[in-house]
Amino acid sequence: MSMVKISSICLLAAFILYTLATIIFTVAVTGKKFRNKSGENAGKWIGRFGFIVTIIGFIAQMGYFFARWSAEGHVPVSNLFEYTTFFSMMMVFAFMIIYIIYRNNGVGVLTLPIAVVIIAYASVFPHEVEPLIPALQSNWLKVHVTTVALGEGILSLSAATGLVYLLRVVDQSKPSKKTFWLEFVMYSITVMIAFVIISFSFQAAHYNEKFKWINEKGNEAVLVYHMPAIAGPYEGEKISGGFGPLFPSPSWMNGVEAPRKFNTVIWSLLGGVVLYWIIRLILRQRISAALQKILKGVNPPLMDEISYRSVAIGFPIFTLGGLVFAAIWAQQAWTRFWGWDPKEVWALITFLFYAAYLHFRLSRGWHGEKSAWLSVIGFVIIMFNLVFVNLVIAGLHSYA
Amino acid sequence: MSQDIVCDCGHKNPEGTILCEACGKPLKDDETKPILNMRYEGSARRSQTYKKTPIDKIWNFFSSVKVGITLIILVLIAVAIGTIFPQDVYIPANADPETFYKDQYGILGEWYKALGFDHLYNSWWFVILLGLLGLSIIVASIDRFVPLHRALKNQKVTRHDRFMKKQRLFGVTLSNSPEKQLEMAAKALKEKRYRVKEEDGNLFAEKGRFSRWGPYVNHIGLIIVLIGGMLRFFPGMYTNEVLWLHEGETASVPGTHDQYYLTNHQFIFQTYDPDDKKYKEALKDAGGAIAKNYQSNVTLYKAEGHPILGEEPKLKKVKNAGVRVNHPLKFDHYQLFQSDYRLGELYKMNFKLIDKRNNQPHGEISVNLFNPKRLYHLGKGFRIKLLDYFPDFYFNKKGEPASKSDNPNNPAFIFKMYSPDHPKGETNFIAIKKNLEPLGKNDYKMVLSGLKTRNVSGFVVKRDFTIWIVFAGAIIFLIGVAQGMYWNHRRIWLKRKGDDIWMSALTNKNWYGLKKDLHYLTGESGLSEPVDRLEEKIYRQERGMKA
Repeated sequence: MSMVKISSICLLAAFILYTLATIIFTVAVTGKKFRNKSGENAGKWIGRFGFIVTIIGFIAQMGYFFARWSAEGHVPVSNLFEYTTFFSMMMVFAFMIIYIIYRNNGVGVLTLPIAVVIIAYASVFPHEVEPLIPALQSNWLKVHVTTVALGEGILSLSAATGLVYLLRVVDQSKPSKKTFWLEFVMYSITVMIAFVIISFSFQAAHYNEKFKWINEKGNEAVLVYHMPAIAGPYEGEKISGGFGPLFPSPSWMNGVEAPRKFNTVIWSLLGGVVLYWIIRLILRQRISAALQKILKGVNPPLMDEISYRSVAIGFPIFTLGGLVFAAIWAQQAWTRFWGWDPKEVWALITFLFYAAYLHFRLSRGWHGEKSAWLSVIGFVIIMFNLVFVNLVIAGLHSYA
Repeated sequence: MSQDIVCDCGHKNPEGTILCEACGKPLKDDETKPILNMRYEGSARRSQTYKKTPIDKIWNFFSSVKVGITLIILVLIAVAIGTIFPQDVYIPANADPETFYKDQYGILGEWYKALGFDHLYNSWWFVILLGLLGLSIIVASIDRFVPLHRALKNQKVTRHDRFMKKQRLFGVTLSNSPEKQLEMAAKALKEKRYRVKEEDGNLFAEKGRFSRWGPYVNHIGLIIVLIGGMLRFFPGMYTNEVLWLHEGETASVPGTHDQYYLTNHQFIFQTYDPDDKKYKEALKDAGGAIAKNYQSNVTLYKAEGHPILGEEPKLKKVKNAGVRVNHPLKFDHYQLFQSDYRLGELYKMNFKLIDKRNNQPHGEISVNLFNPKRLYHLGKGFRIKLLDYFPDFYFNKKGEPASKSDNPNNPAFIFKMYSPDHPKGETNFIAIKKNLEPLGKNDYKMVLSGLKTRNVSGFVVKRDFTIWIVFAGAIIFLIGVAQGMYWNHRRIWLKRKGDDIWMSALTNKNWYGLKKDLHYLTGESGLSEPVDRLEEKIYRQERGMKA
C-alpha cells in the first residue's frame, strides 16, 4: 500500500473518531444540571471516555500527517487541502490542552464537530501530491505555517467555547436580534456542510461543463466547472452541454478561476438554506434553541473564562507565527519583511482584532456575552483569511 | 494642587486614590456594588484625577482604553479597505494606474483610485492614524503603569474588612485552633510557590506579580516596531535597488557606491520532470511545467582602493555563489536576491554577405546588439560598415527610422557593403522580416545567418538597518504578551478575626487556576473554601432566587 493511501485511511479514521467523540461529549453534557449537590461536574466519566476517543482520533490524524509527509517529501501544509486539514488537527490539539487543564465536557460539544466539518471541507480540494515552487522551498514553511495553524486553532477554540456560552445564555423564549444572529451562525455551519455534500455528489457523478474565457492572467483559457453553472465566467462562452449559466460572474473577481469558485459559493449558500430548513422542520424550533436544551449543564462563567483563556494563549502564538516568522521568511523569499500583500494584511487584521478583544476585556460590561460574540467574529475573520483571501483576492499567497 | 488622602491605617495616598494602597480600604466606595472593581488596584491615575486644563483633556483622551480600541478598529478597517482592490505596487507592470482601476473594476475602481486607496498604506492619513495609535499606547501605558507600580509596592499584609468582604472569592472559617490552621495554610501556600508574608497573625500570599508588567513591556515593543517602520524614510537606513545583469556581464552592484561588482555567469531555470513518479498527477493537472529552481551563478568582487572616476576599478574576488529564491547572497550588510529573469534575450546576430548574382557567400559577421562594432573586415577586399543601428526600431513622426529604447527588442541595421566591384559601397537596410535597398538596386545583400541569445537575471539589492530595530521590537512585544498572558498575578489574604479566619483571593486572570490553588490550600489546612460570588450570582439568577 502506498503512503498516500495510508494517509487517506488515517484521515478517514480521524474523521470518524472525532464524529464519535462529538456524540459522546454531547451525551456527557445533555440534561445535566449546572452543578449537582456535591458541586462536581456531571457526566464526568462519559466525558473521559470521549476524551480518550479524541486522543485516538488525533493519533490517527498524526498518522495522516506523517504518512503524507513521507509520501510528499515535504511538510504537508502547502495547499488548501493540506493546510485546512492541519488547521483542524491543531484545533483538536488545542482542545486537548484545554481539556487537560479544565476537564470540561462543554468545550468538546462544539469544538469537535467544527473540526469534523473543517476536515470535510478540506477534503473537497484537490488531493494530489504537489511539488513545491521555489518560493516555498524553505525550512520556514514548516515553522511559519505550523505555528500559524496552531495559533489559529487555539483562537478558534475561543469561538467554539464562546458559541457554547451564547447558546447557553441567550434567551430563546422569544425571537430577538440575538437569537437571529445565533441562528445565522448555525446557518453558516449548515452552508459548510452543504458545500461538502454538494461537492462530493457532483464529483461522484463526474459532472463537468466547459467554458472558454479570459482568465485572471489575461490569457484565453478553458474553465471546467464541476457543478452546474449558476454563475458563468465573465464574458465566457459555453463550449459543452449542461445547465446554465443563469448569469455571469462579476468582472472584478480576480482570484485563480474565480468564477468557478463563485459558482460553488452560490451552490453552497442555496444548499445551506435547504439543509437548514430540513433540520429546523425536524426539530420544530430554532437550531440554537434545541442546542440550548443540550447545553443546560455547562457553567457560563467557566465557558467565558475558557474562551478568554484561549485567546490569551493563542494570541501570542498567532503573532509569533503569523507576523514574526512570516516577516522573517518574507524577507528571505520576497526580499522584504512586510509588503502589504492581502494575506499579510489579513493576518494583521486578525492580530488587530484580537488586540481589540483583549482591550475590550478591560472594560466593564464586556465580559460574558459581548466578548463571546467577539470571539465568534474572530473565527469569521480567520475563516475569511483561509477561504476568501486565498480563493478570491489575488496575491502572493494564492497557491491553491 | 494635589492633596494626599490619609487612610485610617495611616498610609498617605495620592489624590484620586480609590482603594488605599496599603490596606485596600475603599476610599470612594459606592456601597451598592457587592464586588470591588480591582482594575489597576484602585490606584490614582492621572487621567481619572485631573480633568481641567487642555493638557489634562488631551492626556485623558489618549489614555482612554475606549479611544485606544477605536483607533485599533479604525486601523483595522483602513488596512482591510486596502485589500479590496490591488495596491498600485501590485498592478501589472505594463498597466497605466490612471486607467487600470476603471478598466478592471468599473465605477468602484474609479472611486477607489480617486480616493487614493490604491496607495492607502503610504497615505498621509494612514500614517497619522498609526501615529495617533502610537501616542495612545504611550500615554495609556504611563497613565496606568506609574500608579499601579506604586500601589503594588505599598500593599500591606493586613487588609481592611470591607476590602476582604468585597472580593469575588471570599469565605469565613469558624476555627477551633486558628494559629495552627494558619500555620498549615502558610506551609501549603509555600508549597504552591507563593511568597508568604505574616503580620499580626494575618497572612498575605502572592505570586506572579511580574505578569502585571507584561502589557507595558509589550507596548514598549510595539512602539519600537512603529519607530523602526518610520526609520525607513531616513537616508542611509534603507537601500533597495534593482540590478538586471546579462549572462557573461559584470556590473557595479547598485547601492554599494561602486564598492562591489557582480558577474553573472549563468541563469538557470529548472522545472519539475513531468514523469516524476511522486508528482505525476499534480503536474498533469497543472497543465504546464511547475518551476523547481531559479538560480543565478555569480561571482562577487570587491573594488580595491578608492575608485577613481572614469578608471577601471581593480577587482578582488570575494566569492562564487549560486543565488536562488529563498537563498540570497549575503555580504557586508547587503543581501542580493534572485528576484526576476528573462530567458533567451537577443544577444548577437550573424549576417552573411552574399553576391545576389551567383548566391556566392563572401564571409560572415557577428554583431553584438549591445555594443556593436562599426567595421568588419572579411578579407579579399570585402568589408562591412555598420552605418546605423536601431536596437528598438520604429518609424518616428517624421517617418524616419528611430529607436524607442536601448534594449534590442526589435533590432534594425543599416549596413554599407564594400566589395572589389563596388569600392564605394552599397547600402542595405535590415530589420526583422525586412530587407530593403533604399538607395537603388544592389548586387550584394546581407542575410541573417544566426542568432545568439542569452538569459538575464533580475536581482534585488537590499540593505535594511531597520530590520534589526523592528525585529527587536517584535521580540520585546512577544516577551511582553507571554509575560502577561502565560503567567497571572494571584493573591490570597487570610485575616484573623477572633476565632474566625477570613479568606479572600484575587487574580488578574485565570480564576480557575486560582481556585485550584485554593482547593489545595483548604484541603491541607482544613479552612473552608471561599465562595465564587460571580458564579453564585448567575446560579441564583437562573433559579429565580434572590442574589
